Amino acid sequence: MKKAVGKKQKKGIIKDIIFLGIALIVAIILLSFFPDRREAVAAASWEIFIEMIWILPAVMVLMGLFSVWVSKEIVVKYLGKASGIKGIFFAILFGALPTGPLYVAFPLAAALIKKGARISNIIIFLSAWACIKIPQEMVEFQFLGLKFMVARLILTIIFVVIMGVSIEKIIEWSDKKEREPIGGKDGAGIRS
Amino acid sequence: MSSTAIFINVFTLGCLIFAFLKNRAKTRQALKVAVKSFLRILPIVFIIIIFIGLFLGFVSPNLISEIVGEQSGFSGVLFVALLGAISHIPSLISFPLAASLIKSGASVTAVAAFITTLTMIGIMTLPLEIKELGKKVALLRNGISFVFAIIIALIMGSIL
Repeated sequence: MKKAVGKKQKKGIIKDIIFLGIALIVAIILLSFFPDRREAVAAASWEIFIEMIWILPAVMVLMGLFSVWVSKEIVVKYLGKASGIKGIFFAILFGALPTGPLYVAFPLAAALIKKGARISNIIIFLSAWACIKIPQEMVEFQFLGLKFMVARLILTIIFVVIMGVSIEKIIEWSDKKEREPIGGKDGAGIRS
Repeated sequence: MSSTAIFINVFTLGCLIFAFLKNRAKTRQALKVAVKSFLRILPIVFIIIIFIGLFLGFVSPNLISEIVGEQSGFSGVLFVALLGAISHIPSLISFPLAASLIKSGASVTAVAAFITTLTMIGIMTLPLEIKELGKKVALLRNGISFVFAIIIALIMGSIL
């Protein structure tokens, strides 16, 4: 399993490097046809590069720290049983911790459902994982400003909670109607 | 160096020192993870840097504001929301892109819509989400996210 993930990552990085090569070639061709644009392009690229290089290493270090300290077991332990406001709080908190890409969260969410976590909390957890990551907020702060970041953060939390609760209601309602298990092959998604 | 960047670096350094005092082995492991993920994201960072440079150098602000600016209206917002939903770029890297879009005339609404659908919705990861959580949950989550992302963006546009 782990080996497969490593292989996939290696493939991914090779793909990225190929794309980088293509981007470079396209840039060189474009700029040799339009030499008058060279300065503007170089200036814009340089500005972004400086801004990113000041912030990315710190963000990566934070992500590394959290991924080592907050284990999957801790997440499952706290989120599996928590309910009500506390459940929502933990779902957002654990989602927001910088602990890896979204595809890591899906199996985790499925495990949580089997453990008896509420659908609403799972949805909130997944959505927080996708769009309320702490390093992500930091970069958003850097590039788009405090006002933009805070406004989007608050709105996102409100709507993610509304979404979690309403999806839970929809699932319960349709389960009652069908009396059939939902979810994947292994029956993830059933809540009794 | 901006004050935000200073703040983030000082904060990270604080965390790092604290972690190091608590557990050296774990901290070393964390740094290894950090270096690995940094190297992993680096090619995409350079692609985006080249892309933004070309974009700002060649596409005029007029054109940008026509497509995703204030006057583009709801259809412009819908267009970038869809673009965000199907795009698969790391969210960390979408922010510099968003910032340069705003600088060259895109509306806050459009940019907020793009970032929000980009992060919340994953068309690429949808098959995995369906496999792990079932069709119903996955499709509901992505579908409702799309609608809510547009609502969030519209509110953002009106308050900022």
